[in-house]
Amino acid sequence: MDLPPLLTLTGASVHFGGVAALDGVDFRLFPGEVHSLMGENGAGKSTLIKAITGALDLTEGVLRLDGTTVRFASPHDAQRAGVSSVYQEIDLLPNISVAENISLGREPRRFGLIDWPAMRRHAQQVMHGLGLDIDPASLLGSHSLAVQQLVAIARAISTEVKVLVLDEPTSSLDSEECAELFRVIRDLQQRGVAILFVSHFLDQVYEISDRVTVLRDGKLVGEYLTRELLRIDLVHAMLGRSVAALRTRPTLHVAEDEQRPYLSMRGGTVTSRLESADVDLMEGEVLGVAGLLGSGRTELARALTGLDKLDSGIINVRGRRHTLGGPRDAIAVGVVYSSENRRTEGIISELSVQENITLALQADQGFLHRLRPARQRELAVSWVDALDIRPADVDRPAGLLSGGNQQKVLLARLLALSPRALVLDEPTRGIDVGAKVHVQNLVGELADNGLSVMFISAELEEVLRVANRVVIMLGGRIVDTIASEDLDVDSLTALVAQPDDPDE
Amino acid sequence: MTTVVTADNRRTSSAQQVRTFVSRHASVMPTLAAVAVFVLLLVGAQAYFGNFLTPRNMSALLLDNAYLLILAVGMTFVILTAGIDLSVGSVMALTGILCAKLLADGLPAAVVVPATILVGSLIGALIGLLVQYFDVQPFIASLAGLFLARGLAFVVSLDSIRVEATSVLSLQTTRFRFGTGWYITPTGIMALLVVAIGALVLLYTRFGRTVYAVGGSEQSARLMGLNAARTKILVYVISGTCAGLAGLVLTAYSGAGYPRNGIGTELDVIAAVVIGGTLLSGGTGYVLGSMIGVFVYGTIKTVISFLGAEQSWTRIIVGLLLLLFIVIQRFIVFRSERPR
Repeated sequence: MDLPPLLTLTGASVHFGGVAALDGVDFRLFPGEVHSLMGENGAGKSTLIKAITGALDLTEGVLRLDGTTVRFASPHDAQRAGVSSVYQEIDLLPNISVAENISLGREPRRFGLIDWPAMRRHAQQVMHGLGLDIDPASLLGSHSLAVQQLVAIARAISTEVKVLVLDEPTSSLDSEECAELFRVIRDLQQRGVAILFVSHFLDQVYEISDRVTVLRDGKLVGEYLTRELLRIDLVHAMLGRSVAALRTRPTLHVAEDEQRPYLSMRGGTVTSRLESADVDLMEGEVLGVAGLLGSGRTELARALTGLDKLDSGIINVRGRRHTLGGPRDAIAVGVVYSSENRRTEGIISELSVQENITLALQADQGFLHRLRPARQRELAVSWVDALDIRPADVDRPAGLLSGGNQQKVLLARLLALSPRALVLDEPTRGIDVGAKVHVQNLVGELADNGLSVMFISAELEEVLRVANRVVIMLGGRIVDTIASEDLDVDSLTALVAQPDDPDE
Repeated sequence: MTTVVTADNRRTSSAQQVRTFVSRHASVMPTLAAVAVFVLLLVGAQAYFGNFLTPRNMSALLLDNAYLLILAVGMTFVILTAGIDLSVGSVMALTGILCAKLLADGLPAAVVVPATILVGSLIGALIGLLVQYFDVQPFIASLAGLFLARGLAFVVSLDSIRVEATSVLSLQTTRFRFGTGWYITPTGIMALLVVAIGALVLLYTRFGRTVYAVGGSEQSARLMGLNAARTKILVYVISGTCAGLAGLVLTAYSGAGYPRNGIGTELDVIAAVVIGGTLLSGGTGYVLGSMIGVFVYGTIKTVISFLGAEQSWTRIIVGLLLLLFIVIQRFIVFRSERPR
């Protein structure tokens, strides 16, 4: 790369309240390259993209495009300067034609009126340049999502574009559609466009990108040439080693012959999400689930707790076959699930802590058996006390609590149901270190009391610290299940990053 | 499964042609259905009465419903943005009675006419501001407009006021005859002009295309750099202006302003617009379709009166037709928008 970089970020920081979403990050994009941005959830990828595309202001740092310092006031500003983006949710209009979508906002006009034939010709030209043959007069909504995405790219490049940001473009595409997309990307590369490719599919990143930038916890970990970066090093950079200033729990004692699976699944398959998963949740055990984003962890949890219907496979509770048709069925057999989306699938921000805690119990008891107000209060207070939820005010709206305390409220809600099996999806994500430890210890205590716990986390040390055994997932399949005492962070990292074909 | 059709493989088989047609014109289907119904109605009426399709009856169809036509154009703009305007009937009454009052007070028509239309625009602007900047639902905001306009109409006058000004009355009484028994009045010409301008604006101006964009997805429209806020306000101003104009037309038609005019008219307008193929969910629809919708409504009204049946039957039949159309629309939309 002897050309100077097209776009550079120097010392970029973005602060939200007291939290640094980006902290002193340097980033550069060269013309004609495909550059991947990698990092787990919360690493700062979307913040970086928003800073580049004008959706966010930098608290500190400088953005330079073609050597000149720029400050984008809005995404529209950035577009005019040549920085376009295509997001996962296609931001086009399905009710108008393909040609109009491509030109909307800058339609060719004649005598002040829109020139439709010229618009169709322009669209034809742009798409021809990308090797696409889509009828420009057809309604966008009549095409598949993959085609709509290609139209979105056509729109993005129909003006002078220097940088194209593709945010998770392949999540809804099959392999043929992916191949078509990659062909278009390579075409654009040839034209000198710099492409920022964000995806959590490692295979695709290795296939298409020239360089990789890894972020973690808002900071820059490093910038690497893809061909010189081993997969395991990439995963290591993404997951890293967090500060080990935490009390470690003593590993649980496991008497294997006394173990009985409370909840198990055999051959669990959900089309294109989970494949032939065999898993056992033993009583008194914490089963960790490790794997990268997109490896199927959440899908496994949802299938196991009846949130998603199995396309094939069976679920056994205490040795007896059960069909879990939904969360209610699961709760009825003592199986509860805590989603990783605390804010959208967990806490109800406007309701008080007390109401949040007693919610599931009340739902389980039904409309006709109201919990007496005194009983509700008693429950809430005792859980707030047991889990050390702060502030200890059960009438406070749950939305005002910190992430860690919200997570504890959710745990209290589940525990109020006196479950036998708990499936926790990323319970410590985004919460401070102290609260993390508290939740981890709690999980251990629950297992000691005979509960079965499945603990899903992207942080490998956490999984090793908390779990008795670890399930390793990759590409929707369970690769292996190993006792945690036989693993350390390095070996677990290697297993989590292992590609299916040894093509490294 | 291939996502793109390569140039060499483009089959011109009839199946392919039909598919291309549907993928290009899926949004016109509901309007075509409306045209079909209109034609069926005319044919059926002619077959039943024998003397329905006469130049006199057809000319009367336009002129009796000129005010409705103008209202429908404004309403189309609003519904295209997924909004609704319940105030148009009341605004029409207000501008009508105001016009009559000011003329009776001796003000020249050249002043009164623009002023009363402006009142309509102002109320429209008020509703638009409520919807856009105060985030009030269009239903509620226009309902507020309805009450405001109706109340103001009664403030202007509790009883009807006759119009003597010949300049205004001539809008209705002047008849241009042509052909064999066809005639049209200035009000009819105004109505057709409003339809033509509305159709041109929606098809050929950036503002018009933004209306469709906002109806398709307001968020996407904004992200694409379009001025969604200004557009949303403007459609209500247009609707209000049309209501003002309709008030003028109705006053000329009946020769008087009447504060109780147009009670429930907004619902007739909405029905006509929906029958004409505009989806209430926004983003799809045509002014010409709304015109067909008005003609369908007018034809049903004429047929009912020819039959000598009670006028309430008009509403019943329109209601049934509306229900049928909404079902048809769901079916057509579902089929055309299903991704391949």
